Amino acid sequence: MNLSAAAHPGFLSPTGVEITFVLIGLATLGAALLTVTTRQLVHAALWLVVALGGLAVEYLLLTAEFIAWVQVLIYVGSVVVLLLFGLMLTKAPIGRSADADSENRLVALGVAAAAAAALVWVVVDAFRTTWINLHGAVQGSSRATGESLFRHWVLPFEALSVLLLAALVGAIVLSRRDTGSPADTATPADTATPADTADVPAPAAGKEHT
Amino acid sequence: MHLAYPAVLAVLLFCVGLYGVLARRNAILVLMSVELMLNAVNLNLVAFDVWLRDTLHAGQALTLFTITIAAAEIGLGLAIVLLVFRHRGSSDIDRLTGLAEPHGPEVPHGPDATDARPAPAADDEKAEATA
Repeated sequence: MNLSAAAHPGFLSPTGVEITFVLIGLATLGAALLTVTTRQLVHAALWLVVALGGLAVEYLLLTAEFIAWVQVLIYVGSVVVLLLFGLMLTKAPIGRSADADSENRLVALGVAAAAAAALVWVVVDAFRTTWINLHGAVQGSSRATGESLFRHWVLPFEALSVLLLAALVGAIVLSRRDTGSPADTATPADTATPADTADVPAPAAGKEHT
Repeated sequence: MHLAYPAVLAVLLFCVGLYGVLARRNAILVLMSVELMLNAVNLNLVAFDVWLRDTLHAGQALTLFTITIAAAEIGLGLAIVLLVFRHRGSSDIDRLTGLAEPHGPEVPHGPDATDARPAPAADDEKAEATA
């Protein structure tokens, strides 16, 4: 595309990148809608995989390749697996569950629709003529991202590692079963497991009947 | 590429996540919706970074930071949800009303005994608490 066409590009003559972006964006949006509306909890996690993978492809189309692979690694690889583990550990019902949505669904729909209408109006009005030039040097290559990250953003990067450590320690502390004296830390974890699992399935079994 | 395409997609994803946070009942589904909202923000950051050709790559660095913080958030959130499930026997956030303002007949909210056994519905819980 030459410069005179890039100065005032129209919406009626989309480039190939734009067509691909819109198609994958529609797939991503559909997967996100299914994530928040499906009544099967495990399917919601699997549709979330589709939505996050579609977003990774969008990052690739925006020439942010390092972000795209980090998205695939962290979101699709670990966050969804964590969510599936959470669904299993909270004994989520397999199959259709009638009470996946709460009673204030219509209010939520109204709030979301109003927010979407207002934000789409503002964003389209603001960026109607703005054009991203995707040609030239790749903005998000691994080399560029790494150089900027370790040259200009070293201090936030290290602070973030401390935050991750704190989150790790916090998750371990929250997940510990024994809350008694610290003298017997080793044995109650083994003995408490059958007792705790013995009294937990009773409400879950009652929940499945309702 | 028009900047409007990624911006509108990010807005719509954010609103889908907003609907999920408000309408879902299971706490893990709420966490999934929060992930959708964070991803919408990430898409905005990347698009504006590519548009502005930032020499510091601030948008992409912030995207990496957001992804890391989201990973920490999902770990801590799942730990909290598992703890709540272990104490209350349910991960429905509509039933976690221990900090709500009391109105109507008073419902005693102890951390043990009555709340460890989930009632089928909230009014059933009130009924058996007042009985």
